[in-house]
Amino acid sequence: MNHLPQAWGRPRDDVYGAYDHSYFQTSGPKQSTQQPIVTGTSVIAIKFKDGVVIATDNLASYGSLARFTDVKRLRQFNKSTILGFGGDVSDMQYLDRLLLSLAIRENYSSYSSASDDTDDTSNLESLNAKNLHTYMSKVMYRRRSDFNPLWNQILVAGFGNDEKPFLASVDLLGTTFSSPSLATGFGAHLAQPIMRKVVPDEASVANLDKETAVQTIRDCMKVLFYRDARSMDKYSIAVVTKDGIDLKEDEKLENQSWAFADRIKGYGTQVV
Amino acid sequence: MQRTGMLREDGIHVDMDHLKKGEVNLGTSIMAINFRDGVILGADSRTTTGAYIANRVTDKLTQVHDTIWCCRSGSAADTQAVADIVQYYLGMYGTTNNEAPTTQTAAALFQEICYENKDQLSAGMIIAGYDHRHGGQVYSIPLGGSLHKQSYAIGGSGSTYIYGYCDANWREEMTQEEGIDFVKGSLQEAIKWDGSSGGVIRMVVLTAKGAQRHLYLPDTGYKGPGEQ
Amino acid sequence: MAVSCTREVLLEELREAAVDVEARVAALQVEAWTRSSLQPRGGISRELCYDLSNSVFSPDGRNFQVEYAVKAVENGGTAIGIRCKDGVVLALEKLVSSKLLKPGANKRIATIDRNMGVVSAGLLPDGRHFTSRARDEAAQWRRMYKAPIPTSSLADRMGSYIQAYTLYNSVRPFGVTCIIAGWDSEAELAVDGQVGSGPTVGAGGKVDKMKHGGPFLYMIEPSGSYWGYYGAATGKGRQSAKSELEKLNLTEGTLSLEEGVKEAARIIYIAHEDSKDKDFELEMTWVSSLDGPTKGRHEEVPKKIREEAERLAKKALEDDDEEEEAKAEGGERMEE
Repeated sequence: MNHLPQAWGRPRDDVYGAYDHSYFQTSGPKQSTQQPIVTGTSVIAIKFKDGVVIATDNLASYGSLARFTDVKRLRQFNKSTILGFGGDVSDMQYLDRLLLSLAIRENYSSYSSASDDTDDTSNLESLNAKNLHTYMSKVMYRRRSDFNPLWNQILVAGFGNDEKPFLASVDLLGTTFSSPSLATGFGAHLAQPIMRKVVPDEASVANLDKETAVQTIRDCMKVLFYRDARSMDKYSIAVVTKDGIDLKEDEKLENQSWAFADRIKGYGTQVV
Repeated sequence: MQRTGMLREDGIHVDMDHLKKGEVNLGTSIMAINFRDGVILGADSRTTTGAYIANRVTDKLTQVHDTIWCCRSGSAADTQAVADIVQYYLGMYGTTNNEAPTTQTAAALFQEICYENKDQLSAGMIIAGYDHRHGGQVYSIPLGGSLHKQSYAIGGSGSTYIYGYCDANWREEMTQEEGIDFVKGSLQEAIKWDGSSGGVIRMVVLTAKGAQRHLYLPDTGYKGPGEQ
Repeated sequence: MAVSCTREVLLEELREAAVDVEARVAALQVEAWTRSSLQPRGGISRELCYDLSNSVFSPDGRNFQVEYAVKAVENGGTAIGIRCKDGVVLALEKLVSSKLLKPGANKRIATIDRNMGVVSAGLLPDGRHFTSRARDEAAQWRRMYKAPIPTSSLADRMGSYIQAYTLYNSVRPFGVTCIIAGWDSEAELAVDGQVGSGPTVGAGGKVDKMKHGGPFLYMIEPSGSYWGYYGAATGKGRQSAKSELEKLNLTEGTLSLEEGVKEAARIIYIAHEDSKDKDFELEMTWVSSLDGPTKGRHEEVPKKIREEAERLAKKALEDDDEEEEAKAEGGERMEE
């Protein structure tokens, strides 16, 4: 028997075999990549001449279980930016807190740099949607480079440096892109084609009014409810304009079309 | 896997293997609800290692401050460790700030631990507490470490069987008696259909008067003894 | 000729000056020895030894470095805070050290968290370091508890921080006295980032009569000691400011924030009377209840309101002067 101190308290080799040193050891770099657990589905948004309309439904799924039905996935930053989150809800909450701390830090300097000729300091906005999107892309890319991504797809809606409507996306890899209309998850397949009919290119944004934009988004939410098995019929919608943000968090899908089901009988030749 | 030694085991995996796979698990039914005067927490009492019931009279309702309690589901070891840490922090909070922590404080601490250690923990917690300012509150922290404020929360393996029952029978502003019946009725169903849930039903009622334990035994059809 | 002559004159003057300095030093030492009840040892008085280091008490239990720090505060522009029934106002007499500084720039009152502000009197960089630390404390609290830090807890933490600078001989105490103003939310608190909303009817079992949150005002001194105040004043004009604050009967809790702003401006103008030769700017911030003008946030008092308050303050001063003149005239008449 082995009486060396390093063997004390360990299972006997002659009984249990030699200690397997590979156990509890990982090979390669540290990797804490998780999997999303509580998740939100699509985010969709469209630019129009005076701003951006953005929407998500209010569901957080747990696998296929519709577990939380009151989760607001549109988050406001300052007074003229909205972020829409898809993907892991716990990571969304982490980012929400990160953005809150950013907003508080920005608030320090917006006051101290305000000179006497500025009337209302509360309207000073140091970070616009474009700045925020850049910030988010750095955060997301940094985390994917740590092999510990934040499992989200995010749309940022607001205004850019040129005071024009701004809409861009960033995902868990830190990939960014921008377009007159954007959608994440299922929305990229189902909603994006509908929205592209309304705003095929950047030039057509100037011709789109708010009512049409809002109606397009509502129509898309309906299509997503019909065809996305991880969606629900309660949703949030925000209209971002120069006048501020009009955020409604308790909308219900209206004018659904189901009645045609009475004409559907059997699955082929059956007529009764 | 290479097997060696007289037990034909593979090095260190011996007894740990056994512990790992069926790790003492709170295959559980837990819940917490808001009612007119505060909150009620409820849980079954079964702890399993695989199919073996390691403890049939477990107490899954854990106090972390005077009127802040939690229901634990998932790994018994993980949830006990997390609850112990939060209990310590809340105790420190109370003494250093001369003010009892709120349910929010407890929920925030639970969430931070569950979120930051999500890849090492298997802990699903429900936090319920009462304070004079906010009344009764219920927070749910599922596996990923997100935080959800709810009017009532259900959790554990048994909860999947009672989503329908709870949704159909839930009413806001129930009396204490109605609340207890709701919790008892729900847990009875969970115990009935979930093999990993069973034993007695324990409850804790949190109101302005403080914490009051309740116990309901299966051999009396969960009728009593009630208040402890 | 002229040069050498000048040099001679200078040398003579220097010689005289040296003798003068020696005499003065000797006189000072004698004075110190006679003041001290203890016998002088090694040529330096005991008292003088004790003021060199932070970590050494004097025999009568004083920490001289802290007392000198208070002197530094007493040279700074006057800062005040008024705790009103629906908010707190901070005001500062910002002495303008150069005409080349941009008016209205270089703000001195700082925001800590959203609901909290701090103003300091004394050494400017010390005040900035205090602000920076206070922001860190508030942020750290948020990271831990996912909620804003209560004003009392921030004051407590900063008090401990300042106090630590009175303990070690490798550091000097803070040359500032800071006034912290905060509004602790009276609404139900949420956890930062939380989702979901609980019962639609609200939580059950709330005790409605109980009030929570409200206006808070603390002042921290270089020693690290701090108190909660109805009205606080520090800096050069603190004496006159304090006597004015006392007249406001703040303990009754009837003064509104709008009135408070006007009073604050007036008091700063009165406090400035003693250093009239210097230019100053009035800096004012406030934090109100959630249904008040700042919605629970610490913000600069809008220009219009501040200018109106300044106009009234100047008018009040002029009226006072006229009154005094009238009195003085009356006095003369009486003597006649």
